[in-house]
Amino acid sequence: MSTRLQKGGRLIDRSKPLQFTFNGRRMSGYAGDTLASALLGAGQMLVGRSFKYHRPRGIMASGAEEPNALVGLGEGGRFEPNQRTTTTELFDGAVLESQNHWPSLEFDIGAINNRLARLFPAGFYYKTFMFPRFAWKHVFEPVIRRSAGLGKAPRHRDEDRYEHAYAFCDLLVVGGGIAGLTAALAAGRQGKRVWLVEQTPHWGGRAVVDGAQIDGMEADAWVRQALQTLRAMPNVTLRERTMAAGLYDHGYVLLYERVADHTPGDGRPRHRLWRMRAGHVITATGAIERPLAFAGNDIPGVMLASAVRDYVVNWAVSPGDRTVIVTNNDDAYRTALVLLDAGLSVPAVIDARPGGGGELAQAVRERGVRVLDGKGVAQVKGGKRVTGVSVCNHAGEGAEIEFIPCDVVAMSGGWSPVVHLWSHCGGKLIWDEERAMFRPDPNRPPTGADGQAMVTAAGAANGMLLVQEVLEDAHSAAGGTGAAPGGFCAAEERILPVWIMPQGAGPELRAKMWLDPQNDVKVSDVELAAREGYESVEHTKRYTTLGMATDQGKVSNINGLAVLSQALNRPIPETGTTTFRPPYTPISMGAIAGEARGEIFQPMRRTPMHGWHETHGAHFEPVGQWRRPYCYLRTGEGIQDAVNREIRNVRNAVGLLDASTLGKILVKGPDAGRFLDKMYTNMMSTLPVGKCRYGLMCNENGFLMDDGVVVRLSEDSWLCHTTTGGADRIHAWMEDWLQCEWWDWKVYTANLTEQYAQIAVAGPNARALLERLGGMDVSKEAFPFMTWREGTLGGFRARVYRISFSGELSYEIAVPASEGLALWQALLEAGEDLGVAPYGTEAMHVLRAEKGFIMIGDETDGTVIPQDLGLDWAISKKKEDYLGKRAQQRPYMVSPERWRLVGLETLDGSVLPDGAYAVDEGYNANGQRNMQGRVTSSYYSPTLDRGIALGLVRRGPERMGEVLEFPVDGGRVIKARIVDPVFYDKEGERQNV
Amino acid sequence: MSKAVSALQGEKHAGFVEVAEAGLRGMVTLRGDLGASKVKKAVKAVTGLPVPAQRRIEIADGKAVAWMSPDELLLMVPYGDAPATVEALQQALAGEHHLVADVSDARAVFTIRGEKAHQVLMKLCPVDMERFEEGEIRRTRAAQVAAAFWKSGPEEFTLVSFRSVAAYVMGLLEVSSRPGSELFE
Amino acid sequence: MLILECPYCGVKAEETELTPGGEAHLKRAGPGSSDDEFEAYLFMRKNPKGVHFERWRHSHGCGKWFHAARCTATLEVFGTYPAQTTEPPKDIQDRIRAKRPDWEGWA
Repeated sequence: MSTRLQKGGRLIDRSKPLQFTFNGRRMSGYAGDTLASALLGAGQMLVGRSFKYHRPRGIMASGAEEPNALVGLGEGGRFEPNQRTTTTELFDGAVLESQNHWPSLEFDIGAINNRLARLFPAGFYYKTFMFPRFAWKHVFEPVIRRSAGLGKAPRHRDEDRYEHAYAFCDLLVVGGGIAGLTAALAAGRQGKRVWLVEQTPHWGGRAVVDGAQIDGMEADAWVRQALQTLRAMPNVTLRERTMAAGLYDHGYVLLYERVADHTPGDGRPRHRLWRMRAGHVITATGAIERPLAFAGNDIPGVMLASAVRDYVVNWAVSPGDRTVIVTNNDDAYRTALVLLDAGLSVPAVIDARPGGGGELAQAVRERGVRVLDGKGVAQVKGGKRVTGVSVCNHAGEGAEIEFIPCDVVAMSGGWSPVVHLWSHCGGKLIWDEERAMFRPDPNRPPTGADGQAMVTAAGAANGMLLVQEVLEDAHSAAGGTGAAPGGFCAAEERILPVWIMPQGAGPELRAKMWLDPQNDVKVSDVELAAREGYESVEHTKRYTTLGMATDQGKVSNINGLAVLSQALNRPIPETGTTTFRPPYTPISMGAIAGEARGEIFQPMRRTPMHGWHETHGAHFEPVGQWRRPYCYLRTGEGIQDAVNREIRNVRNAVGLLDASTLGKILVKGPDAGRFLDKMYTNMMSTLPVGKCRYGLMCNENGFLMDDGVVVRLSEDSWLCHTTTGGADRIHAWMEDWLQCEWWDWKVYTANLTEQYAQIAVAGPNARALLERLGGMDVSKEAFPFMTWREGTLGGFRARVYRISFSGELSYEIAVPASEGLALWQALLEAGEDLGVAPYGTEAMHVLRAEKGFIMIGDETDGTVIPQDLGLDWAISKKKEDYLGKRAQQRPYMVSPERWRLVGLETLDGSVLPDGAYAVDEGYNANGQRNMQGRVTSSYYSPTLDRGIALGLVRRGPERMGEVLEFPVDGGRVIKARIVDPVFYDKEGERQNV
Repeated sequence: MSKAVSALQGEKHAGFVEVAEAGLRGMVTLRGDLGASKVKKAVKAVTGLPVPAQRRIEIADGKAVAWMSPDELLLMVPYGDAPATVEALQQALAGEHHLVADVSDARAVFTIRGEKAHQVLMKLCPVDMERFEEGEIRRTRAAQVAAAFWKSGPEEFTLVSFRSVAAYVMGLLEVSSRPGSELFE
Repeated sequence: MLILECPYCGVKAEETELTPGGEAHLKRAGPGSSDDEFEAYLFMRKNPKGVHFERWRHSHGCGKWFHAARCTATLEVFGTYPAQTTEPPKDIQDRIRAKRPDWEGWA
């Protein structure tokens, strides 16, 4: 049993007990506990099941590297799966649930997989589920999906909120251990703007647990003093509970601050993602202890030696009564001393090194502990808990020399620097033979915008494991002047690299040596991959899933690649590491989203009349970031009914359309005319002042990209209307050509889209309605079609364009946006007895289709040139050049075989499905039917009481009257006749009245 | 002018700072050769202010002139004065290549007021607020939309966005100024 | 995420304030150009691993297009300069040559 010790615990406050539950059982811990220390303190070592074999899993580590102890935390809108218990602080009322088991943690039916382990080797999925192909979809995938995955996805909307924040500094120091503190002190004294971040709520890192001496003080006291000094520096910012999750180009670092994980529901944002720009980064991220690969090393009770030490010193938790320590280096002896100091029993230290350890080993021996040099663990015994170890010669094959009963095995395979941040942006590593570790190669750092190193590794993260070298390294990394803080700790003997234990272990033992306990990858799996030809470490990782679990292989990667190297009989550096990718540990989806959720998930653009639309039944559709009324629903009305009503009202009375979203770009200057002649396919320079002209814009590929009415405002100024979605794009397009190609031309542009509210007044009663407002002569004679007038209309400062997209008598009125709503209401009031009613975008679409007017995005798709659409009349033959002209001369563009615009009328009057294809004779090389055209727009026309469609058909206009076949769903074929695209009022008399 | 209403009609929220829509403001875009004496004179005549240096804003007596780009200024006057300002500039700049446009109604104006006002901007804009100077104008983005801001008082910033996204920007400001979400003490 | 200094307004803009515009110093081929010239203008791009000249617009800022010289492999920025030029300024070319002796030149 693990239990809480009577005394000690530097991080817990025994005066503040906290209650929590684990799988419904009530437990208690103290303020300052992590979930893991609280569970252990309450006697709970077994916390979950592994991914593949559903083997019992206990707490193995005490920090971010923990592979096993993940739980579902919280309830309802605060439930979150896969919370790492070793890095999550306990709070009162916490509700914890173990994961990946059924029906219960103690008895799990999936553990049958364990019995069948020999049937689930590396690459099992790839090998087994290849054939037959149909079985994948119907059998294998559903079964795998049900049993795969850790934890359950939350079902409720997240009750918490999250945010981003931008920050800038000269130097970001990551890691609040003694290296980070030393670096921050050195840089702070130079007056640099320094940020120092620490992922836990505590400062000092390992040194305070390991009992180092710094500047003649206990590490604890030195850390307190350093913090005091740093807090007094106005140029230094300290941030705890803040993890550097990823390091990116040009000094960009994401810092993940867990603001309120430990105080849920207090109204603060739960997480904050700092988007930091650092001039330079020092990674003082420490090192992670490696497990040893011996048989049974995944049984609950087998823990990292440093973690055992942490639980005793920091939280006064004893993981067990009798701890056997197994190591290949001196550091693990510190665990023995800590356990002895706490009054716990250490039956033996098993040291793989034939020559044993140094000063620390001696100290342990002097305390009366058996130290077995040159020995190893042949096998750990136990099921849901360790019961003992069988000892063997490390140099041998695993024959048991003696059996030592115990309930904890504290293992240490040496230390791996945390090089993640260093590596995220291209920093390279070197293999340090003497220290048996990959550490940052100072000659190949990640580089920044200036081509210089943007990251320096310091302390244990740089491979320095002794206190004095850590302090010196960190001091110099920060360019410190004067002497570094002086440190002292015991001298250590050299580590012996141990990748499997014992070194001659046979297949049976190797099949029980876990490398990745979360994903259930064993030494035998990696060796099998090597035998099957996997030489690249990246391939082996994916084939075996080594290091692919939620811990991203923090404890397993180095051991795994060392085993692979051994199996391939090549040196470790030749195998190399897998790629380190952000985030360092998982960060919440909420933190990534930040404030972007709910109403402000995305910007939604509103016209000045938007609020009126909302309160008058508008059924909205998104158009770019705008929401435009698709139609206005009246009580009891369906959408199609509303659309039909609105169309009839425009054809028979008068309708209002909120056209404010149309782009409006002012183009002015002595060269504006010739500039617009380049932009548009037709001639704009000759447009007389006071008139309007429909214009087409093509890209340099010749394809039609936008259209709209151009207005000549004055001798040197034009107003260009664009499509709703095109306003910003076309303005940017114009500026591009003016700034980058014709920069000597005197032209200025301004995007005035939002300055004006614009209302289309369309229908036979439109003129009467404008006359009611008064102030402007809107008669046929004074105000002809395709002209515009400026003045006062009903007391509004208005510019009125006589243009029509419906084919009806129509005016578009532009007023300052702030007055748009007032004008809209004035029009509705004035026209009540004229039958005025608003209409939406769908009515607009049908009205224009009845007239054969094209719509950008319906009739065009980025491969259509104006000539395809019969718009040759809008293409100037006189101009030498316009954007797209050269492209339109390419052979394919002038081919008579191109698909061109026609009208389509179904023989039975039905509505063709939008996008339906017309089939042709024969089949193509892929065995598909040949096609000869497609539907680009299709509607029910209430005006004509039948389906109408526009489409692009090969040689279409030459084939009037032909009948095409459109196969639709279920083998049905709809027949439609090619007709003129103008379905209604072919002479255009209605708009000219 | 009673017909004219601002996008949010003065909506405000009190969090750890106060965020408010500031109502209608006269704004005139002027594009031209900012070094030309005619331009300098015209700007002086209508606002009483000099042409500001790169990325600076000149403010006095309820009017302001902001540097928007090497060939663009934004002149701010009382809302009702914008049409006359446009008129006056156009007359003063006759013969000079220029563009003047009333953009008063294309914008929404917000104030962020309080000791920690800069912290709200730190959450939304990729700008080094610790180095942000008085008299500076910064065009950038606020979360997902274009915005510009400057320091308009000892503990106040003014932020301008496009009118159509006023509700979005107010949403950003409101959530970013909620009590308990201060970035620093 | 890159930081590029806009040569027009002096802002050290981060990538989210900028819009990329592809290769810089393209020469437009209009009507009268041969098929090969037109193809080269419209479709052929350098895409080097190493020194590259690019167009960027300070879209969430002063709105101006500018050019940047940078290494596509290391993201080192050699300089930014106004778009109203047909070739990279000499000082930037010199700087690149000093740092990348093997560079074959911009053309």
